[in-house]
Amino acid sequence: MSVVTASSRTPPTKTQGQVVIETSQLTKRYGKFTAVDNLNLTVHRGEVFGLLGPNGAGKTTTILMLLGLTEPTSGSVRVLGFDPSREPLDVKARVGYLPDAIGFYDELTARENLAYIARLNGLSQAEAAKRIPAAIERMGLGEVIDHPVATFSRGMRQRLGVAELLLKQPEIIIMDEPTLGLDPEAAHNFLNMILQLKQEGITILLSSHLLHQVQQVCDRVGLFSNGRMMISGTVADLAQRVLRGGYRITVQARGEADVLKRALLALPGVQKVEQTQPETFVIHGAHDLRSDAASAVVNAGGKLYGLDVEAPSLDEIYSVYFKEASNGAGS
Amino acid sequence: MAQAVKVQSPAAQPVSQARKRKGSPWTGLWAVVAKEMADHLSSVRMQILEVLILLTAVGTVYAVMQGVRQTVGQDPFIFLRLFTTAREPLPAFIGFLSFLVPLIAISMSFDAVNGEFNRRTMSRVLAQPIYRDALLMGKFLAGFFTLALVLTAIWLLVMGMGILGLGLPPSGEEVARSLIFLVATIFYGGIWLALGMVFSVVFRQPATAALGALAVWLFFTIFWGMLTSLLARLISPVTYGTAQELLRQIQTEQALSRISPNTLYVEATLGILNPAIRSFGILLPTQLEGAIVGAPLPLAQSLMLIWPQLTGLIAATILLFALAYVLFQRQEIRA
Ligand SMILES: Nc1ncnc2c1ncn2[C@@H]1O[C@H](COP(=O)(O)OP(=O)(O)OP(=O)(O)O)[C@@H](O)[C@H]1O
Ligand SMILES: [Mg+2]
Repeated sequence: MSVVTASSRTPPTKTQGQVVIETSQLTKRYGKFTAVDNLNLTVHRGEVFGLLGPNGAGKTTTILMLLGLTEPTSGSVRVLGFDPSREPLDVKARVGYLPDAIGFYDELTARENLAYIARLNGLSQAEAAKRIPAAIERMGLGEVIDHPVATFSRGMRQRLGVAELLLKQPEIIIMDEPTLGLDPEAAHNFLNMILQLKQEGITILLSSHLLHQVQQVCDRVGLFSNGRMMISGTVADLAQRVLRGGYRITVQARGEADVLKRALLALPGVQKVEQTQPETFVIHGAHDLRSDAASAVVNAGGKLYGLDVEAPSLDEIYSVYFKEASNGAGS
Repeated sequence: MAQAVKVQSPAAQPVSQARKRKGSPWTGLWAVVAKEMADHLSSVRMQILEVLILLTAVGTVYAVMQGVRQTVGQDPFIFLRLFTTAREPLPAFIGFLSFLVPLIAISMSFDAVNGEFNRRTMSRVLAQPIYRDALLMGKFLAGFFTLALVLTAIWLLVMGMGILGLGLPPSGEEVARSLIFLVATIFYGGIWLALGMVFSVVFRQPATAALGALAVWLFFTIFWGMLTSLLARLISPVTYGTAQELLRQIQTEQALSRISPNTLYVEATLGILNPAIRSFGILLPTQLEGAIVGAPLPLAQSLMLIWPQLTGLIAATILLFALAYVLFQRQEIRA
């Protein structure tokens, strides 16, 4: 499987945009239980950030604090420069939120549901009359705009939820498990839609535990566990740190097996070489070693048949990281 | 089973709550009011109750008019009789109102807050640039305005029927008195509206909230009257049988019975609609000094008489709403 990482999609620029979400030492306790523990999170303008973590890790709690829907116990939050617990209206006027369990007024039509939201946002009648059909049509619900939401499927509701976000024309969109309960095709379309929104310059924060999906769209991810942000960065970054690379290069070559293996092992950045079949070698390396491996095979007098690279997957990072973390805690 | 909603312990309330919030708490209030009122006016639940109240209005007023036609011209308050006179087998219109109004009010509010949670719309709505204050206040005002609208329509209907049936217009004083009665009725409904709202915040299940509110209503309608006399005997026992002791017991009982909004409402309506009433409970000879028995009180005096009841109704509405407000502010919004 060759997975395209988000980092390869966007040119790696060192100059990062303005900080739009920033938390420092953010903590939320429910009685004795700490749901979010001294979280430091920074999200830059225009990026897609993924909050990953198992159930109960504190993702939803974090999101609620970013929106001022729940009061932090301690620590500070800044969203677009505003404090969500003191200036929630300023934050909520600029941030769109797609909750994990999304519901609408079933007896009202799609248009009426959005009209209510438009009025709550203080949009004028004329403005709402323009934006509502546009947003609904963009999400492919133009046909059912005047149908009661009671008749909508889960996927349609999810899209109506996004139409509501578009209506607000937000600077930041926060989505809690947006692809949960969508079929693979719908999920795929949804991820594409996220990339489109990113193209429009909207910053997106999403939480999920569907790692391969997150990997497809997120510029950076943060691994979350027991209320703590364990590690964060681009997928490639995490791969370096957790898997020390995590690239797997499959080389198919004919020649002296021992000689080839030694030649490959001698390359810089190679951690391990396995011979899985008589003429197939798998290199575990820190980066994409294809060209190095090709010349090494040729120089060692071998004949090269095939070369394939498998980029590190978030799944792997996640499972290795949490295995190490729990081993570390155990010993 | 009823699952009580998790409420954050006060100790967990962060200090930042005390800091000043920016922006008006009423941003978006009218958007909520408009939406909720539209919901109420189009809901089948409300329409059934409206038809019911309409039928009782027409029925009782028609029956009363059959009876009072002879006395038209002698009775200066004939229009007020339309509300208060009972004609067998029907009770008086205010009798019907005193139990239909709570029913309407509770039916509008028992699922106000928990309904939003159950439909999972709460977090979506509160993610818009409004405070929770606006949502709760908007829901309350929508119910209150709906109630006012329905009751005013009924009031107009009764007055219209009176003009047509009796063949004479109401006097200024009759209009004034019946308008005060209208206000008292609306606030009587306000109490049950706010009570339903408290239950809708406390219980996640609308059915539990509805039953809870109806139980309180039944308690005050049926059991409170029995309990007050028992309690009065305990609190102010009559040991020697003196007049003073008897008087104190009666006063205790009366004070206790006024805890019930029903008592407040009945006293307020009777006091304003029946100008002959000069006092509630027993009349002491001193209160009768200089008074002609049976002579009507002037409007201002009647208003003075029911002032405590009227303010009691309004205060109870405000207090119950404040309770719902405090409970709702502390609730977790996680849908
Ligand atoms: N009101 C509350 N009272 C007590 N504990 C709570 C409350 N709300 C959440 N928690 C706890 O806080 C922890 C974090 O919850 P949260 O919903 O943020 O997790 P999550 O990462 O979103 O999980 P999931 O992937 O299942 O959605 C959980 O263990 C939960 O039990
Ligand atoms: Mg969650």
